[in-house]
Amino acid sequence: MSAGNIHSEELKPLRRNRVYWAVADGWVLAKRNLVQIPRIPELLVFAIIQPVMFVLLFRYVFGGAIDVGGESYVNFLMAGIFVQTVAFGSVSTGIGLAEDLQKGLVDRFRSLPMAPSAVLTGRTVADLVRNLAVVIVMLLVGLLVGFRPEAGVAGWAATIGLLLLLSFAFSWIGAVVALLIRSVEAVQSAGFIWLFPLTFASSAFVQTDNMPDVLRAFANHQPITQVVDAVRGFLLDQPEGNHGWIALAWCLGILIICVPLAVSLYRGVATR
Amino acid sequence: MANGNPAILAEGLEKSYGKTRALDGLSLSVEEGTVLGVLGPNGAGKTTAVRILTTLLKPDAGRAEVAGLDVLKQADQLRSRIGLTGQYAAVDEYLTGRENLEMVGRLYHLPKKLARKRADELLERFDLTDAASRLAKTYSGGMRRRLDLAASLVLAPPVLFLDEPTTGLDPRSRLSMWEIIGELVSGGTTLLLTTQYLDEADRLANRIAVVDRGTVIAEGTSDDLKARVGGERLEITVSEGSDLAAAARILEAHTHSDVRIDEGRRQTGATVEGGARLISSVVRDLNEADVGIDDLGLHRPTLDDVFLALTGHAAEESEGKSSDNHQQEVA
Repeated sequence: MSAGNIHSEELKPLRRNRVYWAVADGWVLAKRNLVQIPRIPELLVFAIIQPVMFVLLFRYVFGGAIDVGGESYVNFLMAGIFVQTVAFGSVSTGIGLAEDLQKGLVDRFRSLPMAPSAVLTGRTVADLVRNLAVVIVMLLVGLLVGFRPEAGVAGWAATIGLLLLLSFAFSWIGAVVALLIRSVEAVQSAGFIWLFPLTFASSAFVQTDNMPDVLRAFANHQPITQVVDAVRGFLLDQPEGNHGWIALAWCLGILIICVPLAVSLYRGVATR
Repeated sequence: MANGNPAILAEGLEKSYGKTRALDGLSLSVEEGTVLGVLGPNGAGKTTAVRILTTLLKPDAGRAEVAGLDVLKQADQLRSRIGLTGQYAAVDEYLTGRENLEMVGRLYHLPKKLARKRADELLERFDLTDAASRLAKTYSGGMRRRLDLAASLVLAPPVLFLDEPTTGLDPRSRLSMWEIIGELVSGGTTLLLTTQYLDEADRLANRIAVVDRGTVIAEGTSDDLKARVGGERLEITVSEGSDLAAAARILEAHTHSDVRIDEGRRQTGATVEGGARLISSVVRDLNEADVGIDDLGLHRPTLDDVFLALTGHAAEESEGKSSDNHQQEVA
């Protein structure tokens, strides 16, 4: 209708294999989610305020009453804060996905000849970047309130690597939850129902030794404790035993189960 | 799509959600380059049918072909040949108009430059160039619909599905959507359009399929369907204080059909034959009986009348769209 129209014969899609499109389409959607982060600043602000409040609460309100052996409490605390921040980030993965479902965007995506995994990888990869940013802010807050890490380059690399892996793995759990319950509000509430016991019945804020037997058994064998103990070891340059390997195994195990599960739920989500 | 095969073909589609039968053996066929209006109240199964035809939903039974491709077995190829604009403008509010279209172009696997060029072209065509760099959340309802429609046209698909494209739009935006849709159709696009607005189907569609409770209960041109409810209707509104019953008796003498009386609106009406000549004799009789008239008119049947005659209930009876509008229609 306007001059210089593209001929419909020119609108030829590129031809590549499936793996190429899984990556390329995922990247298109990751970029979509990333450019939105500064456009909805309130989301990022709340993502930061909440863990900052936990830092202040535990550092100044509860910290004095919590005995963690020889280490200063703020040094003990920060590993827990990093892990909690990253774990809670999985709720935004779920909320973002539930919003796409509610607004009909997923219908639009599913009517396109794109890789079916891309909506999920785009979301989880973007959340990985956002989580990394929030963790860096938490590190700065920690330094302000007296956190004194003793990690070397290897320790920092291991810390960042493990936190990112945890972030990615938990985002996929968030995706599975969102695809199962779909409503934004329900996803928000459900996220905290499984995350609260997991983060508080762990070594994130206290030593598990003082917990009652059953709770201690749970706390010592769940993934958050393994990741916290590993990160704490890396940051404070203490022997972390085999917590690092167990944490790695947990994250990979979660991914092996949740990635195919989420993709299959996504394919079926509108096929009901 | 050669050999004169229909561009859209559905045969015996069935779909249930639990105990609710959303589709109960729905069949339809749309010739290439024509427009089929699928008309029905909320919950008739229109959206379910569109979702099956656009590969979003698997039917429990039946088969469907679009652009010569099987919607189940050749879903991947089919997705490059169709465009879908759903009931709720599926645009990303936190992307600009241009970003929305570019993203869709990239996901259709167009090269980056071409996706960009196509986005600009569509923005211009849909009168969105000035708003191209604004976030879609600042758009009016009509602009969002136009952007959504533009997104479904990125690959210039030969077959287009529009699910209630003007629901919730103000009259002016509605007219502008109608104009755009009209242009697309004159460009040769095959279109399946669902609507619960009778005037919309009347205006845009070559043929109309009336859907109720998951199946097509009547199909034909607008005129075919109107012919089904008989000829023209004569409606008389008597003036205040005049004898409505007398007017109805006079009307009855001039018709073979049932005379309807509406006391509240002081109206009486019946299906009549004979046109203008009949009017003059009815008016003469009314004058002789000294019945005052506020209004008297001959009406061609509307699709509302058609719907009422076919289903026994009005088209928009089940109107009152629920607020949980993300739910698909099922009941």
